[in-house]
Amino acid sequence: MADTLDLLWPVLIPIMTAALAACFWHNIRAQRIVSFIGLVMLFAASVKLTMTVVEHGVIAKQFGGWAPPFGISFVADPLAAALVAITGLLALAVGIFGFYDVRARHERAGFYPLFHGMITGVNGAFLTGDAFNLYVWFEVMLVTSLGLLVISRSREQLDGTIKYGVLNLFGTILFLIGLALLYGATGTLNMADLGQILPGMTLTPGLMTAAMLFLAAFAIKAGLFPLFFWLPASYHTATFAVGAIFAGLLTKVGVYATFRTFTLLFLIEGDTLRYVFTFIAAMTMITGVFGAAVQWNIRRILSFHIISQIGYMLMGLAIATPIAWAGASFYIIHHIIVKANLFLLAGAIRAAGGSDDLRKTGGLLKSHPWLAVLFLIPALSLAGLPPLSGFWAKFLVIDASLRAEYYGLAAVALVVGVLTLFSMMKIWMEAFWKASPVKPSRRRYVPVAFIIPIVMLGAVTMTIGLFAEPFVTFAREAGDVLVDPPLYIAPVFGAEAAAEAGALIAGEAIDADAIENGADNGVEEEVQ
Amino acid sequence: MTFLYAAAIAAYSGCGLYLMLSRHVVRVVLGLALLTNGAIFLIFFSGRIGSMTPAVIPLGDQELALDAANSLPQALALTAIVIGFALTAFAVALLVAAYKRLDTLDAREMTAAEDMGSPFLPPEGRPVEKAASGKADAGQGDQKMTGQNTTGEVKTNG
Repeated sequence: MADTLDLLWPVLIPIMTAALAACFWHNIRAQRIVSFIGLVMLFAASVKLTMTVVEHGVIAKQFGGWAPPFGISFVADPLAAALVAITGLLALAVGIFGFYDVRARHERAGFYPLFHGMITGVNGAFLTGDAFNLYVWFEVMLVTSLGLLVISRSREQLDGTIKYGVLNLFGTILFLIGLALLYGATGTLNMADLGQILPGMTLTPGLMTAAMLFLAAFAIKAGLFPLFFWLPASYHTATFAVGAIFAGLLTKVGVYATFRTFTLLFLIEGDTLRYVFTFIAAMTMITGVFGAAVQWNIRRILSFHIISQIGYMLMGLAIATPIAWAGASFYIIHHIIVKANLFLLAGAIRAAGGSDDLRKTGGLLKSHPWLAVLFLIPALSLAGLPPLSGFWAKFLVIDASLRAEYYGLAAVALVVGVLTLFSMMKIWMEAFWKASPVKPSRRRYVPVAFIIPIVMLGAVTMTIGLFAEPFVTFAREAGDVLVDPPLYIAPVFGAEAAAEAGALIAGEAIDADAIENGADNGVEEEVQ
Repeated sequence: MTFLYAAAIAAYSGCGLYLMLSRHVVRVVLGLALLTNGAIFLIFFSGRIGSMTPAVIPLGDQELALDAANSLPQALALTAIVIGFALTAFAVALLVAAYKRLDTLDAREMTAAEDMGSPFLPPEGRPVEKAASGKADAGQGDQKMTGQNTTGEVKTNG
């Protein structure tokens, strides 16, 4: 029983926090307290979910007592659970960062309800087992993120939000059209059900169109090669806290949806699709890293690096061997932490040096040496230097591509790694090493609220890097579920078999006991 | 009937896409709204129209009539309509705010975000000699030029 309830809290807690914060619209202090309590609870709930998944394997919950293909199901496999846990951690870190960064006028404009609403959308998208429900979570995430992006209503933000909004709205419409075609062809939108039906069907033009529409829609969301232009056009205009949570989470939801779609629904078998993915992955890495090379604004550099790093994750999809999936899963988890940390550091650099434009700042190594150390941890991790988390992430995906004889892709990944190092060194040289072009009129302090989350995330990066073993094992499990769809389907439909056997339970939400019964019935042995 | 329906969806989506290609952002939002409607019609159609029997279990019966209409696409379409409405409302509000602040609805003149920390423009605040490097790379002519003009204005304002 407790098992499947764990699935609900990561979505319920933020949505309740958002509602409660909205109730205290004119009482900013109450909103702050509600928000922080919500973030701590969310973090605890998401860690608990991950521990349950580690212990019990994939878990599923049906809503409203409907039998599996008809109602909405929530499913947590290791990858989804890990992403929810990272979301909880990141939300907490950004929440602490926000104590200083979020201004009173942002709070009056509804920062807390929007922030928690966005977390709801992100967690919902990770956990849902229903394709249409995924669309709904995407829209929840989109509309709240639009509100967060434009929260200062400055000229830059309005401009950036229009670009971000139009392209992402177009992406979700493509997704909706794909859903309509898929439903017309199969008659179901439950992902586990689709996972059973679709492999047996011949790939009609309608289904192929649906698959490609999904790919295009998620490519816009994830910022893949030809469709990433909204990302560097908007992320640098957000406030620093918002920018960090966007950089960490939003594109990764798109990556997760791509992974889910092309492992569970449409299997990558033919060479054509593999060539497409290989090409997209390589081009995403290359364009991202070269786009960053010319920039001077720290967050614009980092925005382009998001794109380039997404390419590494997509390598998993292109190679599609178990070890590649493990590598890609590890990569996503490592990347969310590192990238969000770098965006937070951009805020700290601005606080310390007066600007996030590298041409106007400098000399921070002398004035804030500890900030330099904190910067080097995520920066070198992003570039993939040992012993940090990025090294293992890159090692896993490149190792997978060499084993599968994708030498070109491996070469691109290595070269892009070097170029990433170049960009990080550019920030280092300009912001920390060179003398400041401006004589600082006073000593600038970085607020403690900035340092705590940066240290927190840096510590996680170091932990993953130095004690990689358990994380790699976990990523392997995540990869195994991605490779083996029955592992994902079993908890959903094992429960149904149990419900048929004992129709009495049907009124209640189908719980873990029912899943166990299903396992006893010999439907699936994987579920303990 | 099916053909008519398909033609209607095609017309909707075609008009939507055409409007989206405009540089006038109000047209873009109208195009998005039309395209959403096209998608909603498609969802509705994917449940197969034809059956006129309402999806209601008659009094005394235990299960739905075999030829009952499929009610799921209606539920999906309703959800999509609500979401589409909310997002269109947001987009229109965004455009109003943008028009007030940016004084334009032409996508070509909306360069505020692009100019923020642009490598092709000198950083705001104080002149830096690196401005020359922007000139060397100004391969993409017009757009860069308009970008520079607008920041010029911004600077005198601020």
